[in-house]
Order: sequence, then C-alpha cells, then structure tokens
Amino acid sequence: MAKKKYWQSFTELNQTETHQKLAANEFREELPVVSGEGKGIENASASRRDFLKYLGFSTAAAMAAASCETPVKKAIPYLNKPQNLVPGVADYYATTYVSGGEAIPVVAKVRDGRPIKLEGNTLSTYSKGGTSARVQAAVLDLYDTARLRTPVSISGDASTALAIDAADKAILEGLKDAKVALVTPSISSPTTKLVIAEFLAKYPGSRHVQFDAVSYSSLLLANEASFGKKAIPSYHFENAKVIVSLSADFLGTWLSPVTFAKQYAAGRKFDQKNPELSLHVQFESALSLTGSNADKRYTHAPSAEGTVAAALLGAVSGTGATGVEGALKKGIEATAEALKAAAGKALVVSGSTDPNVQIIVNAINNAVGAYGTTINWAAPLQVAQGIDSEFETLVADLNSGAVNAVVIYGVNPAYEYYNAAGFAAALKKAKISVSLSERLDETASLCKYAVPSHHFLESWGDAEPKAGSYTLMQPTINPLFKTRQFQDSLLVWAGSANTYESLFKSTWTSKLGSADAYMKALQDGVVEAPATVAGAAFNGAGVAAAVSAVSGKKGGKYELVVYQKVSLGDGKQANNPWLQELPDPITKATWDNYAIVSPQFGKEVLKIDIADSRQADKYEVFMKKPVVKFTINKKEIELPVLIVPGVHAGTIAIAVGYGRTKAGKAGNEVGKNAYQFLTYSGSTVSWTVSDVAIAKTETWYEVAQTQTHSSYEGRHEVIKEVTLKDFKANPELIREERNAELKNYGGLDNYERDGSPYPLHDRPGIKWGMSIDLNSCIGCGACSVACTAENNIPVVGKSEVLRFHEMHWMRIDRYFSGNPYDADSVQTIYQPMLCQHCDNAPCENVCPVAATNHSSEGINQMTYNRCIGTRYCANNCPYKVRRFNWLDYTGADSFKDNQLTEGVGKLDPAVFQMNDDLTRMVLNPDVTVRSRGVIEKCSFCVQRTQEGKLKAKKEGRVLEDTDVKSACQQACPTDAIVFGNANNPESEISKVRKSNSQRYFAALEQIHVLPSVTYLAKVRNAEHIAGHAEHEGGAEHAEAKHEEKHA
Amino acid sequence: MSELRTIAQRIALSVILLSFLSFANEAAAQDGKALFKANCAACHNIAKDATGPALKDVESRWPSKQLLVTWIKNWNKAVATGDAYAVKIKEWNPGVAMSVFENLSDKDVDAILAYIKTETDALNAAPTTVPGGPGGKTEESDNSLLYGVLTLILAVVSLIMLQVNANLRKLADDKDGVPAAEPIPFYRNKSYITLMTIVLFVIAGYFLSQWAIGMGRQKGYQPDQPIFYSHKVHAGTNQINCLYCHGGAYEGKHANIPSVNVCMNCHNNIKEYGGEKLYKEDGTEVNGTEELKKLFAAAGWDPAQNKYVGQGKPIEWVKIHNLPDHVYFNHSQHTKAGKVQCQTCHGEINKMDEVYQFSELSMGWCVNCHRESKVDFNDEKGGGNKFYSIYEKYHKEIKEKKRDSVTVSDIGGLECQKCHY
Repeated sequence: MAKKKYWQSFTELNQTETHQKLAANEFREELPVVSGEGKGIENASASRRDFLKYLGFSTAAAMAAASCETPVKKAIPYLNKPQNLVPGVADYYATTYVSGGEAIPVVAKVRDGRPIKLEGNTLSTYSKGGTSARVQAAVLDLYDTARLRTPVSISGDASTALAIDAADKAILEGLKDAKVALVTPSISSPTTKLVIAEFLAKYPGSRHVQFDAVSYSSLLLANEASFGKKAIPSYHFENAKVIVSLSADFLGTWLSPVTFAKQYAAGRKFDQKNPELSLHVQFESALSLTGSNADKRYTHAPSAEGTVAAALLGAVSGTGATGVEGALKKGIEATAEALKAAAGKALVVSGSTDPNVQIIVNAINNAVGAYGTTINWAAPLQVAQGIDSEFETLVADLNSGAVNAVVIYGVNPAYEYYNAAGFAAALKKAKISVSLSERLDETASLCKYAVPSHHFLESWGDAEPKAGSYTLMQPTINPLFKTRQFQDSLLVWAGSANTYESLFKSTWTSKLGSADAYMKALQDGVVEAPATVAGAAFNGAGVAAAVSAVSGKKGGKYELVVYQKVSLGDGKQANNPWLQELPDPITKATWDNYAIVSPQFGKEVLKIDIADSRQADKYEVFMKKPVVKFTINKKEIELPVLIVPGVHAGTIAIAVGYGRTKAGKAGNEVGKNAYQFLTYSGSTVSWTVSDVAIAKTETWYEVAQTQTHSSYEGRHEVIKEVTLKDFKANPELIREERNAELKNYGGLDNYERDGSPYPLHDRPGIKWGMSIDLNSCIGCGACSVACTAENNIPVVGKSEVLRFHEMHWMRIDRYFSGNPYDADSVQTIYQPMLCQHCDNAPCENVCPVAATNHSSEGINQMTYNRCIGTRYCANNCPYKVRRFNWLDYTGADSFKDNQLTEGVGKLDPAVFQMNDDLTRMVLNPDVTVRSRGVIEKCSFCVQRTQEGKLKAKKEGRVLEDTDVKSACQQACPTDAIVFGNANNPESEISKVRKSNSQRYFAALEQIHVLPSVTYLAKVRNAEHIAGHAEHEGGAEHAEAKHEEKHA
Repeated sequence: MSELRTIAQRIALSVILLSFLSFANEAAAQDGKALFKANCAACHNIAKDATGPALKDVESRWPSKQLLVTWIKNWNKAVATGDAYAVKIKEWNPGVAMSVFENLSDKDVDAILAYIKTETDALNAAPTTVPGGPGGKTEESDNSLLYGVLTLILAVVSLIMLQVNANLRKLADDKDGVPAAEPIPFYRNKSYITLMTIVLFVIAGYFLSQWAIGMGRQKGYQPDQPIFYSHKVHAGTNQINCLYCHGGAYEGKHANIPSVNVCMNCHNNIKEYGGEKLYKEDGTEVNGTEELKKLFAAAGWDPAQNKYVGQGKPIEWVKIHNLPDHVYFNHSQHTKAGKVQCQTCHGEINKMDEVYQFSELSMGWCVNCHRESKVDFNDEKGGGNKFYSIYEKYHKEIKEKKRDSVTVSDIGGLECQKCHY
C-alpha cells in the first residue's frame, strides 16, 4: 500500500525548512521573560543581580503573605432546606435548549441550585440524546454578564431602569389602540401559540411575524408549490443508502443538525463482518463541515447551484446532465446512477435559498422515491417557519404607518436582517417598540422599552420541533435578575389574569389527562406521539419553469457564499467565550471571521503559491494573514483571507455571526458582520452574491488559528483510513499496516511484551479505556465544548491563542490529503486528540517532582498542587496534549498581579468576563480551578469515574457502563466515543474493540507508549484515498528529504 | 455533685444487675438500643417528654401490643383502626407528626420495645435519672522526655570527657616537655563554633520546617460559635443519631450542618434547657435557655405564641474542619462505602460541649489511614461489597493464602487522583 500523505498546513505539505524547524521546537514562542521595558530577554537591561533582587523580594513577600493568620471561614446552612436537596449532591432536570426556532431536549445538571452542565435527553426519539457545541455552551449564557437585569426605558444611548409595574403601565399606555407587530423567531411551542393568540386578540389589526435570521423560506415556498403545504417535512438520513447534498450543511448548521448527525451516523457505523456504508456525495462551493465528511465531493461556482440541480434532475430522469461539463458532469452522472440504483433508499437535500432550486430538488427526491421513505410528510419539522417576504412587508408597513407598534422577542433584525439600517429607520417610526429579548442587543437598544425575558434554564415552556415530538421546559434555577418570561409579559399586556406557568400546567394536564401524567412528562422532558411515515402527492407542474429559471445563470470571476459557522451559527450566542474559542472545524481559527478563499485565489490575487515552500512559509508560519478589500453589492469590506483547499477556485466564503456591536464584552467587535451582504430576490433572501470585486491591500491581520500549534514531527501514523473497496478486498489491511510498523518490536501479537524494556503492567480491578471511531466522528466540536464545561477549562482569549496558549483538553485535529489545487480531490479527516493515558507514559518519567504519575486504573494522573511548571512533560508528550497555564486565566491565584501581564500584553476582556463572580457560577465544584504555572490535561473525567465507582460501591454491586460516561462521550451526537472499563469483557468498550478488531489502532503505536485511548480507522466509500500518489513534484521531494533527516 | 454521682453509680449498677437478670432479653435489647438510637432517639426520651411522649411503660399504656407495633411502623394505620388511645396520642403534639417506619420489621420493633422495657425497669428501680459518669482517661506513655534527658546527660558527659581528655593530653605534653600552645577559650575554638553552628542550624531548621508544614493546619481548633450548641447534650445525653442532623454524611460529599428547620423539629417543643449545667472551655457558665432564644431568633419563632412570626436568618457557624481547595473529600465514600464511624475522624464528639478539631486532617494522616484500613472485600461466603468482585488478582491471592486482607492502598487509595482532581 502506498504511503499516504496528510497535511495540516501548507508548510507541512511542502515540508519547508521553517516547518521543520518549528516542528522540532516544543514551544513555538520565545520564553516570555520580558524586562520592565518590554524588550526581549536578550536586550533586557535586567541583570542577574536584578533577578536575585526579584527572587529575594518574592520570597519575602511569599513569607509575609503566608504568615498571615488562617482566615476564619463560615459555614452557613439553609434556614429552611428544600426537601430532596442535599448540598453537594447534583440533581438533574429535563428541560429544553431553545435558540431561535431550534429546540433540543436536554437534561440540566443542577448542583446546589446552580445549573452547571447540559446533557442531551436520551428519552427523546427526536434528538436521541445528541447535543451540539452550541447546546453544550448554552449553560454559560445563563451567567452572561451582558444579560439585561431589569426592565428599562431607552432613549438614545441611555437606558433607565424601571420597576416592572412602571414598565407595564407605560407599555400598556403605548399599546393602547395600536396595530402591533409581534416579531419572534419560529415558534413551535403550542402553549406559546395560545399566548400569542390571546395577545393578538386584544389588539385588533395586529399580527405575528416570524423572522428567522437563517431562513428556510425557499424550502417552505418550494414545498408549497410541489405539495401545497408551506411546511418542511422531516428527514430520515438513517434510511438513506445514498445521500446527496447540494450545499446543505446538514451536519453542521442546516435545519436540525443534531438530529441529522445522529441519523447520518447510523449509516456510517461500520460492521466488519458485513462491510457496508452509506454513500454521501456533496456538491458545494466552499468547504463545509458536511462536505468535509463526504465520500465524494464536487465543487462548482455558487451561481451554478441551479444548473447542478437541474443537471442532476436531468440525469436522474434520463434526459441527461446538461449545462455542466468536465468532472462535474461526470460526477453528476455517477451520482444520478447511484441515486437511481438506491431508489427508495436515497435522499437529496439542498441548502439553496432559491425556491426554484428547491423545487428541482423536490422533483429529484420524487424521482428517486424519497417521499415516504427517507422524507416523511407525516411529521413535519417546525424549527423554521419564517417567510422572508412577511418581514419585508412588515418593514414597508412600519414605514407607511399601517403598523405602529412593535414587540420583539428573541430575534435581532437590527443585526441579522440584510437591510439592518432600513429596519432601524422603520422601527423609529413606530409609536412604541418593546424588546423582550434577554439582552440589550442591537435591536433592543433601538426600542423604547426593554422588558427582558428569562434564560431558557429559568423558564417554563415547551416546543414541538417535529410534529408530534414535544419537549418540555422547567426552571432549573430561580431567576437571577429582575426578568420576566416573555409569555408572561404578553399575557399581562393582553390583560389576562392567567400566568404562563398556570396556563402551561393546565394545558398539559388536560392534554395528558391527569396531574400524574403531567408530572411524569415534566420529569421525562418529552412527550411523543407514535411515529408514522407518509409521503405526499407531488405536483410537478412548476418543475419545468423552475429549471428554465435557474439554468444558464452565470456569475463573475469571484463569487461570494455567506455561511454559518458550526460554532456560532446565526450569532445569537456571540457573547459566549466557549463558542468563540472553539476552533472552526475546517480553518481551525478562533475568535474571528475572515474570507475563505481557494489556493487558486491565493496564487492569482495574493501571489502566494502554496506549493512553493518560501511563499507557503510566508503565508502559513506567521499568524498575520493578508487583508483583501472586497466590494460586494457596492459595500466595501476589508477582511483577512484564509486559503483553504477544497474550495472552488472562484469562491469566497464569509461567515455570519460576527461583527456584533452590542453582544457583550466577549462578542463585541469580533470579526465583521456578513449579514449585510445578503440580498432580497423578491421572494427570498439570497445567501450568495454572483459578483465580487477584489483589491489586495498592504495590510495584514492576525488570525488565531490553532491547527499548527502542535506537531507530530511528520509521524502521520496517527491516523489510518482505508476505502470500502480496499477493505472488502482485504479486511486485514489495517492490521497488516500495523504489523509492518511493529514487526521490529515483536509484531502485532507480542508487541506489548517485546516492544520495550518496561515490564508488563499489573491492572487489578479497573482499567479505563476509550475508543474513538474515526468513521463516526464528524468533527463538530461538541465534545470539545462539553469538556470545557465539565472540567473548568479556562478561556484564554484571542491574544493568548495567538501566542499558542489555548487550553482545550480535547482538540480535533483536521488533516487534508490530496492536491490542494484540485478542489475535488481534497479529502478531510478529523481526529479527536486528547491525553492518551499511555501505560508507558513518556511524560511521567521526566517529571522532577512526580506530579504526573500512573494510577492502578490506567489513568495518567496530573496533580496540580505538586506541579512546579517545568513543562518537561509537555515537551516529552508525543501527542502534544498537555496544556500549561502560562497566566492566571481563571483568577484563582492569591496574587492579583498574575493577571496583569504588562510587557507581554494584557489578557482579553473575555478572560475577565469569565472571571466575574456571576460567570463563575458555571464552574464545576468537583474539579479544581487551576492557577498559574501548572500543567493540565485530560483526566478521563476522573471526577465522573470516582462518582460512578462510589455509586456502585454504595449499592454494593459491580461497576456498570451506565455509571460512568466521560463528558465528551455523552456530548457526541454521533456516538463516536466509547468509554469504560476495558478489564471487563462485557463492557461496551471491550465489545467495541473486539468487534472492530480489523479497524483497531492506536495513534503512534510504534513508539510503545501503549495508549489507553484507541481509534477505529476511517473507512471511506470512495474510489481511493487522496494522498501521495496524486500529488507529485516538489512536495514529494521535500518529504523524502525530511524522512532522511529523521531516520 | 458527689451526691449525684453516687446516684448515677447506683443506677448504673442496677442497670447492670437488671440486664444480668433479664439475660434472655439481652441480645434483643442490645439490638434494640442501636435501633432506638438510630430511629427513635431524635424525638423520644424514655424518661421524659420530648418532641414525642416519654416512652417509659409504653407497652402497658396501650390496649394491645399489636396495635402499638402497628403505630410504631405507621401510626396512620393505627389511627385508622379507630382505637381511642391511638386517636388520643395523635393529638399529643399537634405541631409535629411522627415519622413512618415501614422499614422496621416486627422483630426490630420487638427489639426496640425490649430495650425500652429494660430501661423502664431500670428507671422504676431508681426514680430520678442523671446519666453519665466521668469518663476515665488513658494516659498515653510518652518517652520523648526520657530520651531528651538521656541525650542531655550523654552530651554533658561527652563534653566532660572531651575536657578531661584535653587536660590529660596537656598534662602528658607537659610531662614530655612538648611546648603547649596558648590555650584557646572554648568560645573561640573553631571546632566548638562549627559544632554549635551546625546544632543551631539543625534545630532551627527542624522548627522552621515543622512550622511551615503545620501552616494552615488546625488540630485542636475550637472557635466560639454564635450559639453555644452542645454535642454532648444532643448526641451524648439525648442519644440523637449523628445522621438525624448530618444526613448528608451518608449521601454526598458534605456532611452538612443542619438547617434551622431541622433544629426546630424538636425545639418547637423544647423551649428551655433543664439539664446538667453547661460550661464553656474557659469555665464560664452558659445559660442553655438563653442560647435557645438565639436559635428562636434565627428561626423567627416566638416561643410564647408557639408560631413563626419573623423572617428568620440562617446561623453563621464557624467552620472548624477546613480542607484545602485542591482536596476532594467525600463523606459518603467513608461512612457508607467504607463503613467508618464518625468518631474515627471527629473524636468523641458526643462528649464535646464545644466541638474542636480532633484529627490533624493532614495528608500524612489521611494516607496512614488508607494504608491500614481494610476494604470490605468479598469473602468466600459471598459477604462483603460486590463491587470488589472484579479484583480477581487479590481474590486469587487470598485463596492461595498469600494475603489475608485488602487495604485501601491496595486498590489505589494512595494515588494522587483519588483525592486531587
């Protein structure tokens, strides 16, 4: 088998000299010792004598500080302890994550009255316990310092706090005889609909407008044309053998990604006895998370999305793929064949904002028999119901005076609407405007009053994301501020005597038949009707017109795609530092948005040929990226560019969700707002722009990317993948490859014994182990945020990420393979990388103070109170998973000055936001908050293993799989991670390892560190694995040289 | 006092005698005592009324023993029979309903009643009761003083010998005619100075490091509390089970100081203190009734009207047992899984008026206990905690008689991340 070639960066691709130099260095920066004048250490005027002076002073200061008397601590019990609450023991409450129209059933872990972690609700058949990075991070929003704390009246930039009664009085006065527009995101909650109806009845001539920042109008309108229903059916990716996505990022951001990821993973689970996989083909312009997981991927210009859809329809219906040529044509034909062959088990989805394209996709789905099998009309999705034209009409009506009052909840049109300035001007004309949103955001600050609503963790409520699948909400904490749930505000203004809580309770009690059933439902969090599947009669009348409307569209040389990032989505959670610091799956950039461009763009416009070592160095080694001025629809914007392989040559992609101005300390002024580039086509808001003018500037801008921070010095045996075809031909392929690597050290069978002079390890009782299936991992990052939340991992801010100081215990490595200049050839593979808990851990031998050592349960332990910060362990770690607290990111130190880093730059405001007493309420009390100067890393969630063991001991029984789940495992929407006691042959981890023996491998197995974390190789349903064979020339040469050096 | 003591001794003697007489009853009464302490003592006293009525002669008061047993297990059922006495007793203390003890078996109840009977007999033998005599102290033998004196004597002797040696050498030199050097006084003698320096350095170093190690440790810490709460009165005299107030010790990491409403369960009836005189550590007398008034103020309770009148305010107790933030300690791990008695770490708390920190709470102290304590390992008869059945290696060794027990340290109890994470 030919040696595969992977690269994380272009310097690595070319094996440039700088890359090799950097790879050889453990820490990429200079030592941060800086003199008072801010000069480097070589030029510092501070002499050795000064050093001794400082040393003497600090010793004396420490002595003085230590000699203080032990402070008297108080223990204050409750006055009246609530029943069933034991301080120190966590309670769990089922509730629902709601953001915009999205609703995910979750279970909140509440410790001493504070929700500190969200997990997916496994009782739900809708989400099946899946979560996303945004769901995991939502608990932090509860403690956001930027939340509005009281009702306010606003004039200009000033806001005055009001008592709730005074606010009600003024607002009722203002609403008198008004024609009100109630603007909300898509509402699927049945009880909220009752409240809204009651409110609208009170004010005749009023209406409810659903505005979705990311709208699915095109889908709704197309379905109205094809099926007579302005609705979105539910999808069953798990039933599809062939999945074709036309620019739909259904694993990352499209419609209901958490549920789709679960379904998708079902078709990607690999059984070595019966090797079959679903086939996933992606047609797109930029590289999305979904596209990066595709088996086959074809790129096209954004303006050609209609042509591609029409050609696919032609190929499927037998009239031939017209209007396309070359590789794309061949791809479409091959895809059409696959679709036809899998008729009844095929599914096509499209992310297009053009209703005509969606009509064509409906026709394709009809032709391949998707309706009633992979698409279900019996239970429509209700997460997106907003129609773009309705909001457009509202703005016109505000301008004309037909509507003269606005009540806004949960949306932010002054930021999210393509014509934000137009909306702001129209809003001013209303005689009264009230915001019910949680914070004083861009829209709320334009209103006259703001009566903030609760966070969802403080609220009652329900949602019906899919017809028949209800998910309930209950408060998990008393409201932190003087806020009122928006439904209650509406009821008060409707003159109702009811509260929302009583309405909710009575509605559900009567719906379910008894108070007991209601309590049970509240406890479970979900109520579900039996699932049915149905198709719908397809009306093909509009298809021909749609085809002619989309075909022949041509764009300019450079075209724009506006997209959502997996981390931030539409930008509602922009003030969430956990999400801001989560590296984007593709670019691995944090804390920013930027323009993604192709290598061709780099070569032509930026004069950076990434195949040229010197130019690649210039681009990749430094954090500074060239800034380009884009002129889009007559609006100018300067953005740094990131060159990403796999992007169509003429495509530029910019993410929304950034450029907030009133989000809060962490979210303000991060990146630039891309919503301004959306356009209104007459029926829908379009997310592509067919002509973009560009001008290179001389400025550079630092983008904090993390991918190249840790290097394996070219040892790419960390990942293994194989094609389905090759696997079927020889299932022992991976084992043979491993055997070849290990043959000098005893081969596969005797490797553990013969591979090194270390004795075999004694493992009485428990041996913790983790298995990660690279076939299931989609790179979404939910695990990374879950780990951050569970383990009190500090946020370091952009300035520190730029200095390579990010702290994530769980990172997701992204590797490309293929020819960067051929977008269709580029393949992506993700590998979650965390402490491998090696049995022969190299970090343990080098610690001078034994702060890191091994437990009898196989955990590589890190003892913070012993660590003196030599960082030898990090230096010796082959996986680069150890993180050092360079500064006091948590504010945990006794010495305040550890946060004032004069000389090396100040910490970002986001770090101080995380240090606020309010935000600190999110900390997990069972995990130490680390202070400056210690190393930390994945602990295998030791607080959870200890708790699980204790539970089993108290019950006097053997430990079971359900007792212990690591945070990453629980968060994973695709169940890629399995964790448990590997000594028990009946445990899930043992079974997974045994039944997947042909894909089993450990990262860098040949160095005999014997990791406790093992992986299962990725199997790709593609013709070949892109790699060395395709990419000839300079790079190969460089690699050969590189190997020589290391030999 | 001496009079009381004599009475107490007599009671004790008669109790012993009685218990010998009712030999058949003894085993049951022993179980009964434990069960009574765990379940009943929080509210009931045998001799006098408390939250619940005095239990002296309880069996003879009830129409039938069967009904009494029914009442004890679930008083609602007894009331439901319509029996006049049960209905009357229901109204005994309208404020507080008796707990339900469905978990007790008939045998358990019999044991409790047997215990009450024994106690009742003892009380009937001597009408007044004052519990407790002075507890004897066992002097710990400490040899360090002896060693110190010995060392000092040896040091003096060796100094004298050195001096003698020097003098003899000088005499010999004089005799041989070797010219003697000018004698140097000992304070200018370099050997002496070096020796003294080293000795001083070692002593100072020893004390410095002891002081440094002891920093933040508070063994013996006995702060003044906002209310003079006597564990001796509650857990000692009145035999209230520790878990009645500190139930968290069995459930989670914190033992938890009880909330004020737990105190008020009993104290809405017990409004004044009438027991043995209370003294602070410094000898000043404490008026128990006045201390109770502080509790009522905190609870917002008016004892005169027998109802809550004010807002109330939690009591700010001074925390005695403080562990550093980087230590994870879980009470239930020790009490429930490890079956360690509270007194092992907290000392004889039932004899303390004011609680002090009994143990060092240092890491060395923890680790020593982990080295010595045996876990509840399964035996061949199937006893012990099933959790440990997975430790096949140790089971094998036990079978092969290579080891007789498994200590906490054998299952990883000395590893860092058992307590630090």
